[in-house]
Amino acid sequence: MTTFLTAGSAQELPDASGHFGPYGGRFVPEALIAALDQLGRAHAEAQQDPVFLGELDELLTNYAGRPTPLTEAKRFAAHVGRGARVFLKREDLAHTGSHKINNVLGQALLAKKMGKQRVIAETGAGQHGVAMATAAALFGFECTVYMGEEDTRRQSLNVARMRLLGAEVVPVSTGTKTLKDATNEAFRDWVANVETTHYAIGSVVGPHPFPMIVRDFQRIIGVEARQQLLDRTGELPHAAVACVGGGSNALGLFHRFLTDESVALVGCEAGGDGVGTGRHAAPLTAGTPGVLHGARSYLMQDDDGQTLDTTSISAGLDYPGVGPEHAWLRDAGRATYTGVTDTEAMAALEVLAKTEGILCAIETAHAFAGAITWIRAQAEDDRVVVINCSGRGDKDVDTAARWFGLA
Amino acid sequence: MSRLDELFARCRAQNRAALIGYLPVGFPTYELSVAGMLAMIEGGVDAVEVGVPYTDPGMDGPVIQVAVDVALRGGSRVAHVFDAVRTVSEKAPVVVMGYWNPVERYGPARFAKDLRAAGGSGAITPDLIPEEAGPWIEAAGAEDLDPVFLVAPSSTDERIGVVGRTNRGFVYAASTMGVTGTRATVGSRAEELVARTRAQTDLPVCVGLGVSNGDQAAEVAAYADGVIVGSAFVRALQDEGVDAVRTLARELSEGVRRRAPSS
Repeated sequence: MTTFLTAGSAQELPDASGHFGPYGGRFVPEALIAALDQLGRAHAEAQQDPVFLGELDELLTNYAGRPTPLTEAKRFAAHVGRGARVFLKREDLAHTGSHKINNVLGQALLAKKMGKQRVIAETGAGQHGVAMATAAALFGFECTVYMGEEDTRRQSLNVARMRLLGAEVVPVSTGTKTLKDATNEAFRDWVANVETTHYAIGSVVGPHPFPMIVRDFQRIIGVEARQQLLDRTGELPHAAVACVGGGSNALGLFHRFLTDESVALVGCEAGGDGVGTGRHAAPLTAGTPGVLHGARSYLMQDDDGQTLDTTSISAGLDYPGVGPEHAWLRDAGRATYTGVTDTEAMAALEVLAKTEGILCAIETAHAFAGAITWIRAQAEDDRVVVINCSGRGDKDVDTAARWFGLA
Repeated sequence: MSRLDELFARCRAQNRAALIGYLPVGFPTYELSVAGMLAMIEGGVDAVEVGVPYTDPGMDGPVIQVAVDVALRGGSRVAHVFDAVRTVSEKAPVVVMGYWNPVERYGPARFAKDLRAAGGSGAITPDLIPEEAGPWIEAAGAEDLDPVFLVAPSSTDERIGVVGRTNRGFVYAASTMGVTGTRATVGSRAEELVARTRAQTDLPVCVGLGVSNGDQAAEVAAYADGVIVGSAFVRALQDEGVDAVRTLARELSEGVRRRAPSS
């Protein structure tokens, strides 16, 4: 905690070379450096450009539906007990059904600014892919989405949505056939087509400047949530809770609260069959520092530095790496990260559905499970918690129905 | 003078380009991968690029992806790389080709020490740029190994200068924007990139990505100091075995001596 606070520049990280302490950086083939530099310049200019910011604001308001509501979940809170108050930041109500729209609208504007007419994306659960396909349709871009073959099966609804929106969906059958391998393929496409193509990474991962850019486009979640909470309760919450795969919805919620020392920041990773079993996707909880997909961060790797296979019921969290800023926040003690098992997540999904009438994504359910655990573990009652309700669960109906024996 | 320096001096004296051949350790088995490397040398390869298998080879196309996947499933470990280097470096200079994470995990200083002890001359690190390579440059320097970083058609002259000042041994010029794999033609941008690199450094410039036959080798040899061939050797070993690797090496070796005028 002290390290973090004395750094004093948390709001200004990463440094000029893209590092968050020892994490981040650019570990990519030389061929990509020119494009990363171009993207960094475009983003820096855009942040100072009232026209760009005005266009983004207009899209977020009139196309994506921002600000999203803050819903108090009274019946859910009563189920949890301890006098807690629980507020949901309703990113599931944004256009396309998740927070991913915030990032793709920003990156689409950057692509337009850079004169690129083709966008590519990786996707796990398909939420980023759907968002990217949506933005590509809106901007008139050609769009290719890489998705692990296994994920195209378990998230088939989103595959159909992307194709209806005019995107090409490429199933990736190498390696583990999930998000990690989809990301490898997207990078290979980008190296070959970098002069005409923008790679819109969907999370706060990858080489600098991606972790910074995606965070900057997602931090509106926390900016809005913080103000909405102050308006409603007159106080800051005791905790902000979000699920973490790559970590974009979590960082989006956390970032505005970083300097509010009293607010606990809780990230919920995919604990799969249990962090102790080795069959999970929880690098911050049970991984080690290393380099994957262009940045140094925590990752799941063996003694030889080979990436390990991951296990999670949630395609969107089933990833062996995590954004470098989360690694920094973890080491600094400013955020804490915990593994939530498949079973705990699905139980929370059911509670939320039956107490609030909100069917959230399985990814998001990890945050609800983590919030329940956090509230019940506190010494004091009457905690106020904000949870990022990052996505809706339509895509997961088949998986959930099978899980609960309803199919 | 390192073994690589000697090699390039000898090639220059013979008015030809050097031929460098790649195979990953453990594909299709450890024994056959080493046999393939030795067969390359018998066929005329001047230096061997010994590949360290990695689960996420972002700069490699399908041929090498599949090969390293087979190697890893077969139990290929970083430690086996040093065994291969020890055997192969008795016959020719060896550089390893390795993505950064396995090296970082092994420990840069320990990796450099073990590579040197095995007789290796240097290392190509395709996903490491000089700006991130402080620990590796230091470790390689301490063991007198040649660190080899890449330049690409998209590199600015300024960045090519940085690579030229950081590298030892040679500069690896990626012929095209893309991943490894055989191609019908070697990109026309390769010649321009070699010229831009020569303007920044006196180090030999070797061209990789896309060369698979003698005619392409001759074309590249007309303007480069070395020709690097990977996927074509992997495919030869996979489809037809060790003898095919030797045959391909002969064809390529004849090519780098032909130095056809570029068209």
